[in-house]
Amino acid sequence: MSLHDQVMAEAARIQGLGETAGREARDPVNQPTINNWLEAMGNTNPRFAAGSGRGEAPPSMAQVWTMYGLGGKPPADDPLHGMMNVLTDAGYTAVLGTNCEQEYVRYLRVGEQVRVTTALDSVVGPKQTAMGEGYFVTSRSTWYVGSEVVATMLFRVLKYKPRSVVEERAPASVSKPETFVLRPMQNRDTEFFWDGTAAGELRIQSCNACGALRFPPGPACPDCGALDRGHVVASGRGTVFSYVVHRHPPVPGRDLPILIAVVDLEEGVRMVGELVNVEPDDIKIGMPVTVDFRRIDDDLTLPVWRTS
Amino acid sequence: MGDVLAPWELPITPTLVVSTAIATRDFQDVHHDRDLAQGHGSKDIFLNILTSNGLVERYVTDRLGHDIDVLGIAIRLGAPAHPYDTLTFTGTVASVEDGVATIDVRGAVSLGDHVTGTVRVRA
Repeated sequence: MSLHDQVMAEAARIQGLGETAGREARDPVNQPTINNWLEAMGNTNPRFAAGSGRGEAPPSMAQVWTMYGLGGKPPADDPLHGMMNVLTDAGYTAVLGTNCEQEYVRYLRVGEQVRVTTALDSVVGPKQTAMGEGYFVTSRSTWYVGSEVVATMLFRVLKYKPRSVVEERAPASVSKPETFVLRPMQNRDTEFFWDGTAAGELRIQSCNACGALRFPPGPACPDCGALDRGHVVASGRGTVFSYVVHRHPPVPGRDLPILIAVVDLEEGVRMVGELVNVEPDDIKIGMPVTVDFRRIDDDLTLPVWRTS
Repeated sequence: MGDVLAPWELPITPTLVVSTAIATRDFQDVHHDRDLAQGHGSKDIFLNILTSNGLVERYVTDRLGHDIDVLGIAIRLGAPAHPYDTLTFTGTVASVEDGVATIDVRGAVSLGDHVTGTVRVRA
């Protein structure tokens, strides 16, 4: 699969996730924040002044309420952030805002608590632009008060390879593409698993009705059909049930071969994972392995297996 | 329709760039830290998008009346607005339909158009 195909496949996956669950503004709509904004903008519109008695916020402040703030970080499931990471990993490191289209359904009022959702609208590219080769990434944000839509925004950025970087680093990026990571699906069904790996725990989904363990995670228990689910923490010990030595095709960012094993966990479920400290000729069916964790970045820690 | 809004010239200062960035709760370093902005390849700090939006709102409501309701702002972003440049807004009433006026707005700096777009207001 070409890098472009990977980018578009990831775009399709993230688009398929739809709107994020929604993120609350840090503070309710409030007059002091409006006052700071009015002063900085030099906006003297009396309609928004403290003494107006109208309690309205300027419409173009809609986005201000849900900005991350100093040091704030997008949640792991944020679609725009996820798509940006994919493109950064593919070498499109620079970003430039190109379009911002906001619709104000109504003016916000002091005291209202705003919530924003984001969805990935489209990814178009690669395009040759004045800035360099890049993809146009369009996201759609929707602001709510309760269940009422109060404002929407289409926001488009160009995520591009700066020209100088393309010229200076192109040969290196072909031979050393280690920054690209194929990301597993992370969503509400699998969140507990990835939260676990980030915390150094290998978690197995369990049925709260009948107690059966299952992997991979899913909404319903395959034994009894119950939807109520929890998880247990695995011991991290298992044995190699089967394995493959992956020599071809190439995997972006990885030196081949890669050893992929199906591991029988002590708890009775099987997981697929990479074997990291063994040569292909030394793998044996039935050999004991223990889990280890490979931190990729803030959003992803992968479980891997070591011979024990 | 076809009415021209009086232009507005806004001198860009470091204080304007920084105070509006913080007032819009945008803490990206390129909007308040010249050393880091230059490290990223920019000439200087520059206005953030939320501020471009806010200034477009101010221009149209200052010109057409403070009580006018703004229904939408759609802008295309171009040249960066750096300190010691001047941002000059101009506007034209492009259409009035079903009680909604669409205003074409342009905000130019020395490098070219910083922002172009439309503002829809309840006429």
